[in-house]
Amino acid sequence: MSRVASAFVQVRWASILVVAVALGAYFAFTSPAFLTSSNLLTIAGFLCATAIVASGEVMLMICGEIDLSPGMVFALAPFVMYFVYNDVGLPLWIGIIAGLLVSAAVGLVNGLVTVVLRVPSFVTTLGMSFLLAGLSLTFLGFPVPTPQEGTRFADVMGHSQVAELIWALGVVAVAQIGLSYTRWGLYTISTGGNLLGAAEAGVSVARIKVANFMMCSILGGLAGTLEAFRISSIDATAGGYDKMFQAVSAAVIGGTALAGGSGTVIGALIGAIVLSVLSDGFTLQGIEAKTFNVILGGAILVAMIVNVTLQRRRQQGAL
Amino acid sequence: MTDTAPAIQIEHVSKRFGPVVALRDVNLTLSKGEVLGLIGDNGAGKSTLIKIVTGFHQPDEGRILVDGVEVRLRSVSHARSLGIETVYQDLALIPGLSVYHNMFLKRELLLSPLPFLRNGEMKRRARQYLNEMGVAVTSVDTEVAKLSGGQRQAIAIARAVYSRARVLLLDEPLAAMGAREGRLVLDLIHNLKQRREVSIIMIAHNYAQVLEVADRINLLRHGTISLDKRASETSLEELTDVMVEEYRRSHAASG
Repeated sequence: MSRVASAFVQVRWASILVVAVALGAYFAFTSPAFLTSSNLLTIAGFLCATAIVASGEVMLMICGEIDLSPGMVFALAPFVMYFVYNDVGLPLWIGIIAGLLVSAAVGLVNGLVTVVLRVPSFVTTLGMSFLLAGLSLTFLGFPVPTPQEGTRFADVMGHSQVAELIWALGVVAVAQIGLSYTRWGLYTISTGGNLLGAAEAGVSVARIKVANFMMCSILGGLAGTLEAFRISSIDATAGGYDKMFQAVSAAVIGGTALAGGSGTVIGALIGAIVLSVLSDGFTLQGIEAKTFNVILGGAILVAMIVNVTLQRRRQQGAL
Repeated sequence: MTDTAPAIQIEHVSKRFGPVVALRDVNLTLSKGEVLGLIGDNGAGKSTLIKIVTGFHQPDEGRILVDGVEVRLRSVSHARSLGIETVYQDLALIPGLSVYHNMFLKRELLLSPLPFLRNGEMKRRARQYLNEMGVAVTSVDTEVAKLSGGQRQAIAIARAVYSRARVLLLDEPLAAMGAREGRLVLDLIHNLKQRREVSIIMIAHNYAQVLEVADRINLLRHGTISLDKRASETSLEELTDVMVEEYRRSHAASG
């Protein structure tokens, strides 16, 4: 194998990229509508929110925890924004920041309950999910339109699909750079890879975990806010478990270990692309809604098996 | 503090756990730059002794001098602040990080004022240091998870020395390692000995390996040091005889 090729397979997310390209090629050949610009924008629309939530989820999973509640913060943050703007009467950007702060607070509670009270994060955040879902449905009421529709500001905040894509790519880039080129990333990998060893070396593992819980929650809120602007509607049923599962799936498909210690944000982005391409491609082929989930589930399994097999062979030095 | 004072002096140290006497009036001296092999049967008190030097246990009686100055080692981090470091085989390293990131964990070089890591410089320094130490790894970019047990142990030791540890406590550094793997670690200890920057207490069961690398051998028996000889003045036969005799006597007593 040439040196370029062998360097390529050494990259963690290389195998899932192969899967994504193969899927794209398949749909491009079988459905003429697949490569049209309007369809690519549809894929991007599905992709953005998932990629943003997945970025936070990857960091949290690398440090050995998981968050099941970002889909609920997804619905909550835009409502907080609306309340601050519409009922309190403050500028919209302050409303957006307020929504993100509330999201951060949810992450802080998730983190403290997990780290200080030692409740497994799976349970902590599952409880938080039900709590937030219940509160949202009780207090948030009917969907409302996003404020300042048609303004440049609303466009930048995600109403324009290109703007949302730029947000998503920006979040992925910042998170990946943070992971690979800052102390933050090193300590996150250390915390998940060897909790005792990291603590022994002097890493404040509790602080790293809590901060990553907050980051994951903030990104859930950001994705929900962008998504609300995109569809011009704030809805208590937005996000939910679906969005969370898509994000976690994207992270795992992209090579992040559920047990912690390794993973990449770029991998999760490609994982999100795979999910988006699959669901868009099958829709284009006119697959019935009932059989759609069967095919999607099977496709996720196949994609995962191929990915994991390639990864194992790479680790054994066979590639 | 003087240059000629021993790195560690343990004087009349005793330690009990409830009714069990783990250490009884132990005296031990670790000179600067020396490698001291600590041997003894299971339950002789080796681990307790190491944990007292590492600050994990506090002695009931006796005193500890570091560089000739009496200190009360309150905790592991207190001992570490004095340059006393324990190296555990599997605890020390982060499997998902590269060799050089492990070497620099918590001592990262940054591109100040920016918060970015100077990966290139850290790589260069790690490579240079490991070369000096004779620790062979294919590349400092390699993830620690992909290294062999011997390589991991060697890198854990090199990291401790690189972080300016002056006293290293090695608890069974060659356990569960084949001859070739053990060779890597023994060679590193040889190198460290020649540089005389660090003093080492090493617990081991393989007497041939201890004799090869240690300057002095201390045998711990029933919580007290019962043999203290230069490695050149003892032999594998003598150590084995002492241990066999010990084994017979304890079985005769209990049987």
